[in-house]
Amino acid sequence: MNPAFTIPAFGPMLPEILMAAGALVMVLFGAIRGERPGYGMNIIALALLAVTLAAVLILPSERVETMSGSFVVDGFAKFMKALTLIASAGGVILSLDYMRREGISRFEYPILIVLSTIGMMMVISANDLIALYLGLELLSLSSYVIAAFDRDNVRSTEAGLKYFVLGALSSGMLLYGASLVYGFTGSVSFPVIASVLQGSAGIGAIVGLVFVSAGIAFKISAVPFHMWTPDVYEGSPTPVTAFFAAAPKMAGMAMATRVFIDAFPGILVQWQQIVVFISIASMALGSFAAIGQRNIKRLMAYSSIGNVGYALIGLAAGTQQGIQGVAVYMAIYLAMTLGTFACILSLRRGNVMFENVEDLSGLARTHPVIAFCLGMMMFSLAGIPPLAGFFAKFAVFNAAIEADLVALAIIGVVTSVIGAYYYLRIVKVMYFDEPAERYDAQPAGVRLVLGLCSVFVVLFGIVPAPLVAAAGAAARSLF
Amino acid sequence: MFGFGILSGLLILPLVGAAFILTLRGDSEAARSNARWAALATTIATFLLSLVAWARFDTATASFQLVESHAWLTETIRFKLGVDGFSMPLILLTTFLMPFCILASWESIGHRVKEYFVAFLVLETTMIGVFCALDLVLFYLFFEAGLIPMFLIIGIWGGKRRIYASFKFFLYTLLGSVLMLLAIMAMYWQAGTTDIPTLLAFKFASNLQIWLWLAFFASFAVKMPMWPVHTWLPDAHVEAPTAGSVILAGVLLKMGGYGFIRVSLPMFPEASEYFAPLVFALSIIAIVYTSLVALMQEDIKKLIAYSSVAHMGFVTMGLFAMNEQGIQGAMFTMISHGLVSGALFLCVGVIYDRMHTREIKAYGGLVNRMPIYAVVFLILTMANVALPGTSGFIGEFLTLMGAFRSNTWVAFFASTGVILSAAYALWLYRRVVYGPLEKPALQGITDLNRREIITFAPLILLIIYYGVQPGPILDAFAAPTEALLNNVQAALATVKTAAVAAH
Repeated sequence: MNPAFTIPAFGPMLPEILMAAGALVMVLFGAIRGERPGYGMNIIALALLAVTLAAVLILPSERVETMSGSFVVDGFAKFMKALTLIASAGGVILSLDYMRREGISRFEYPILIVLSTIGMMMVISANDLIALYLGLELLSLSSYVIAAFDRDNVRSTEAGLKYFVLGALSSGMLLYGASLVYGFTGSVSFPVIASVLQGSAGIGAIVGLVFVSAGIAFKISAVPFHMWTPDVYEGSPTPVTAFFAAAPKMAGMAMATRVFIDAFPGILVQWQQIVVFISIASMALGSFAAIGQRNIKRLMAYSSIGNVGYALIGLAAGTQQGIQGVAVYMAIYLAMTLGTFACILSLRRGNVMFENVEDLSGLARTHPVIAFCLGMMMFSLAGIPPLAGFFAKFAVFNAAIEADLVALAIIGVVTSVIGAYYYLRIVKVMYFDEPAERYDAQPAGVRLVLGLCSVFVVLFGIVPAPLVAAAGAAARSLF
Repeated sequence: MFGFGILSGLLILPLVGAAFILTLRGDSEAARSNARWAALATTIATFLLSLVAWARFDTATASFQLVESHAWLTETIRFKLGVDGFSMPLILLTTFLMPFCILASWESIGHRVKEYFVAFLVLETTMIGVFCALDLVLFYLFFEAGLIPMFLIIGIWGGKRRIYASFKFFLYTLLGSVLMLLAIMAMYWQAGTTDIPTLLAFKFASNLQIWLWLAFFASFAVKMPMWPVHTWLPDAHVEAPTAGSVILAGVLLKMGGYGFIRVSLPMFPEASEYFAPLVFALSIIAIVYTSLVALMQEDIKKLIAYSSVAHMGFVTMGLFAMNEQGIQGAMFTMISHGLVSGALFLCVGVIYDRMHTREIKAYGGLVNRMPIYAVVFLILTMANVALPGTSGFIGEFLTLMGAFRSNTWVAFFASTGVILSAAYALWLYRRVVYGPLEKPALQGITDLNRREIITFAPLILLIIYYGVQPGPILDAFAAPTEALLNNVQAALATVKTAAVAAH
């Protein structure tokens, strides 16, 4: 007799189920309704994201496993899912005006964003390697399509293709690593892997771990698997770049944390070396390579590589303090990156988008408010107090010092000074140089995102405690 | 009010003024005038409020006063403010100098007036914040936050090489400071808090003290600035607008000295004693070398900038002499230098506004056309040379005395700096003010106007008043100096006993 089939608890998966059902309804609706002007589908997508966010927030914070242990919800998952949903919503809002003006406003775009977001949420809650891979593929495949969303544009299609080819390679590596880990531990489930790998691990499991790390590093665009980032960021439509810089990063860091902390806690010494190396390399490359960039989107690509390096400092610590640092860092990075892209999306004159650094020339006089906001974003990305970026860096460096990773912390602060140079260069161009022509008025959606992000970044220093405490609770749930 | 005390008021008031200026619409002459008056009113109100704080301040005790503590980052990292005898005079110096900076910018700043005053008011908040923060993270926050407005002030309203100077200023200071941030974190994990009063009582392990001291030194030495990391200062000074130079010399440089006395000396006494010879050596080099460099300058502002580095050499020497005279003298020198160098930069600003050059060669014989200016400049030059009867003398005399008690040779070499400072300052004065008035461009130059006289009068009166009556300031320093020295001696004594016992 076969054992009776037990129905798993669906409660913890409520947000994902809502999203998936919503996405299907949107596909049907879009197919029946056809291509129509207006923001109808976008608004549905935003409403869906908002409802899902509410569903995520009302879930209990205790750790719950379901689907035979392959899906887990805990405080950390809740925190990161909330960030991801906010990032996706930001991506949709930023795209509204842009897509319409570029003539690529199709109903598939919000659907693909929603699908990709489901993938991210799956990744964040994955508790075994199979679930992780499934979520990752859903996330990636949707991303490849939206990278090439401006399908008549050579750069956009090139970005999509490049992303797809390199992404497939990295998925392959991750899958190969997962198979090795499975072969040498006998399980794909994170808790079982953790219980098998205690103290020392065989060479096979280590090689598997390295391949899994490579796949993860690709997704979060950490050095040495960052090569796709500048090209994809530059080629994709700007709102899509904003989405890439924000949402998948949240999911990617959550995935990295989940895999290293939940599945390989017993061999921290082994993976710590990997993470420390990736972190240092990313910070250094992010700082040095950005100096020569003239295209702001490319510059932001290097900036995001550098920022991932800083966030990884927290992961390298491998402590509760470190994971808290990662969570704080990603939340603040989200605001900074969406705010910066909102500024980039404001540089439009007629039908031409401007995306070079010198196009910002004298912005402080033609558009003082945008210049002020972008200036604050830049100072914040450079980690200057009292802006939010300082608290982000403080959280991760503090964890590194606690974990005695002093050399890593010193390298980190030195690269942050080097990085400050290129952020300052943008401030310089806006404030010290002579003004160019005025740009068109900001679209409402861009203005909304920019306003919210700026208020967050500038005023975070006054009441930092709620976010820090929430991140602390999220980190506690992993230990 | 709402549980916030007078120190919070000092922090918030300039920000309120800045917010008000931001709400002004348009760039008409009326809007600019409103911005100026609003900035002046704000700085004067802040100064009056700081006087109220001073009235409530009790100089007899060494403990922190007017303390307020609010929940902030975590349970142990709080928004805590308070003042003692070291910080209160520096806060007064800051709030006192600010109205003069606003006055000095009245006509010389012609474009983007609103932004200028907003930047200055934000800068004031960060400066006051540094001096009244009682939590190291908060201290760091204000210490660094000041870079943003200063970067913009130099970069937007500066001279020809403003962009180079602003980047150098920002990156130099930032590089020094980030190491301090790591040290603060290390202290946090050692002591479990970043609360300054708690840390003052905490004993750090000897080998850790060395590293922490070095990390803080990296930051404070750059800010001070000490030789050989002083090179950002001449550039920043030369390119900054007049009021920017005043604030830079008058207040921002004092943050380094304040940091030494608030953190390095009391929290790492062993390391401070260990590194005192290094600091002495750097101070003497600063005093002698930068005085010689000052002799050769052709730019008036640059000359005064180098003279600032030399004076800061006296400050560090006095602080690390670690006796009563040295520390009080160093603190007094900081206050006095704040007034004197601030006024000197205003002096340069006066002729720069008229002639738009700072070349010494471009001037000469100003006394013929500008008698009042000549008198003002003479008094300030004498104060810079530390002539008895001016505040400069008290500070230099005390620091030299302190150094003499600690190490005779240090005092010997440092006193040559006194002679050199007379040489460069008097020579500058001769070249600019005396001699025949030959340059055609100078024929029409006008003497000080009423606004400028109003600006200089209080500064000069204070410089002379504190020269003959240093008591009020020294009294404020007395109690915390005594407490500091007792702590340091006690810490060093336990180390020595332990060393003896180990043998």
